[in-house]
Amino acid sequence: MKMTRLIAAGLAALGLSAAAGAAPGDYKAPEHHHWHHSGPFGTYDRSAIQRGYQIYVEVCASCHSMDLLSFRNLGERGGPFEDERFPNANDNPLVMQLAASYTRQWAGEVDDAGDPRIRPGIPADTFPAPYENEQIARGSNNGALPPDLSVMTRARHHGTDYVRSLMLGYKDAPEGVELGAGQYYNEYFGPISMAPQLVDGLIEYADGTEATKEQMAEDIAVFLTWAADPHQDIRKQTGLMVLLFLFVLTILVYLAYRQIWANVEH
Amino acid sequence: MSGPSTYEPKTGFTKWLDSRLPIVRLGWDSFVDFPTPRNLNYWWTFGGILAVFLMIQIITGIVLAMHYVPHEAYAFDSVERIRRDVNFGWMIQSMHANGAAFFFVAVYLHMFRGLYYGSYKAPREVLWILGVVIYLLMMATAFMGYVLPWGQMSYWGAIVITNLIGALPFVGDAIREWLWGGFSVGQATLNRFFSLHYLLPFVIAGVVGLHIWALHVPGNGNPVGLEVRGGKDGKKDTLPFHPYYTVKDGFAILVYLMVFAVFVFFLPTVLGHADNFIEANPLSTPAHIVPEWYFLPFYAILRAITFDIGPIDAKLGGVLLMFGAIAILFVLPWLDTSKVRSMRYRPLTRWFFIFFVLTCFGLGWCGAKNPDDYVLGIEGFKFLYFGQFLTLYYFAYFLVVLPVMGIVEKPKERPASIEAAVLGNKASAQPAE
Repeated sequence: MKMTRLIAAGLAALGLSAAAGAAPGDYKAPEHHHWHHSGPFGTYDRSAIQRGYQIYVEVCASCHSMDLLSFRNLGERGGPFEDERFPNANDNPLVMQLAASYTRQWAGEVDDAGDPRIRPGIPADTFPAPYENEQIARGSNNGALPPDLSVMTRARHHGTDYVRSLMLGYKDAPEGVELGAGQYYNEYFGPISMAPQLVDGLIEYADGTEATKEQMAEDIAVFLTWAADPHQDIRKQTGLMVLLFLFVLTILVYLAYRQIWANVEH
Repeated sequence: MSGPSTYEPKTGFTKWLDSRLPIVRLGWDSFVDFPTPRNLNYWWTFGGILAVFLMIQIITGIVLAMHYVPHEAYAFDSVERIRRDVNFGWMIQSMHANGAAFFFVAVYLHMFRGLYYGSYKAPREVLWILGVVIYLLMMATAFMGYVLPWGQMSYWGAIVITNLIGALPFVGDAIREWLWGGFSVGQATLNRFFSLHYLLPFVIAGVVGLHIWALHVPGNGNPVGLEVRGGKDGKKDTLPFHPYYTVKDGFAILVYLMVFAVFVFFLPTVLGHADNFIEANPLSTPAHIVPEWYFLPFYAILRAITFDIGPIDAKLGGVLLMFGAIAILFVLPWLDTSKVRSMRYRPLTRWFFIFFVLTCFGLGWCGAKNPDDYVLGIEGFKFLYFGQFLTLYYFAYFLVVLPVMGIVEKPKERPASIEAAVLGNKASAQPAE
């Protein structure tokens, strides 16, 4: 992560960074936090993703959709419920069970008579959305639209830190800040329509971890980071192999270059 | 410089083919035996690097087009599908997006090389102009490609850029509607941008062919800016392209690819903008609309004109100046009056050149910032004023410095030949066997 920031800082200094430009408003920048997946060797903390998924299902999913995620993703390589006995995540019994826990109409499916088909979910189904459409979503949330969370951590600068900070950033509104109906104040966002969600002991973690606010904020941030970038672990592993290969090849070509040019004045 | 062909077909088949389609001979003369000045430095490796990146962009692009859906409602999700579900899609998409940035880094270094060593001067004017054509095509291709993921920056960037055309008097509105295929950026725009984004790289490949052809008539320039001598002495000034420059270019390409790999695998989104991970929404304008970094200097020039000039209003003035910043490159060979190619022997102009390079970076910095912010927090020194000053110098370099310095500057003494430059006072160089 240090390297990332150094390079980013270097590019910004050269005026090369397209990411320059402040976030809307003058609210606090996300607090930097060290993550298990930080840096070129960092990998996702699997149990954190599992806990994060539990929070998503029990808390976030009542308002937020994740349209780009399917249940099968949970059992795919790098996912929270990956199981090497089931290389095809669609066969993973845990994933099948998680999907089957929802019985509803999926993706507008109809039966032969044209009526909505109600059935238990399968791993290929996408995470069920809480609202049928944007109008209903806004109607239930004081006119605000809870955004889809599929790529949220990539859609914000320092997205993982941002999500964690946002979850913990609720404060009393400073003087002079007018809050609209049903709004709260968050020092990383400003007036926000999402109510503060996390309180100590809000949920009971399946793995027995103590559900403090900080713990839950971290876990949900890791889960959303995985959701936005599910191939991160394999990407970094592949990158190290590619760099190693290129490095060895570069040395060999450099030696060939030195040998070929050895007796040539240039 | 390309002398008589030394290719001798050895087998029955190559003899038969050579008398019908001498394509092996063409390859031999162009990339094996081709006499290349022996003193080329690493700044001359970017041509090869660019060829590699054009191929990377085309190959990854063809695969992406197999999975991409050019539709308002599906484009954003289809790019995410590529990242998530296509085999190695995360890698191919990352190579294509970062490849565009690395393509531009290489082309800018290639252009600065040309400016420093006077590569645009006779007899290489056509070579240079073809290069500027490629650069223009690259910008059009990159701009349309950036629209395809249909994120917020894609959409609003497309609106800002196409609206520039609308600033042209009389014909602006009609051309803009024609580009849009309607009365706003929408489905028709996305569809045609996809079509053109697929077409233009092949046009670029064609012009690259002409660029290499135009290179192989006069041959490479070189750091001392002297022509290769004719007759027997020519051998002492040059080396055959293969193996000398294939291996040197190969080494440089690999080093560049390593830096590329760091971004592809470890920093895949760092050069992009977070807002482009939000699907295009016509009802919500992003707080800051910024183009990709490689357009920022021109964006700064566009925004530098905040005042009307006679009948030309500020917007049109900015647009004309922005296009002028590129158009001026077409006439550069005739603006520079100096007979001396290489800045090595132009002690004063060299400093003006270095300041020109800094100006380009400075303009990029201004393009990324809000024009009303202060440079380094210095009260009153807005980025707008800084950008205006740098814009002035950008044009002054071409319109004042190069024409005048060629007349008033006394160049340093140059070596007698490339061979002499390489050897100093030593005896003659051996022709490579």
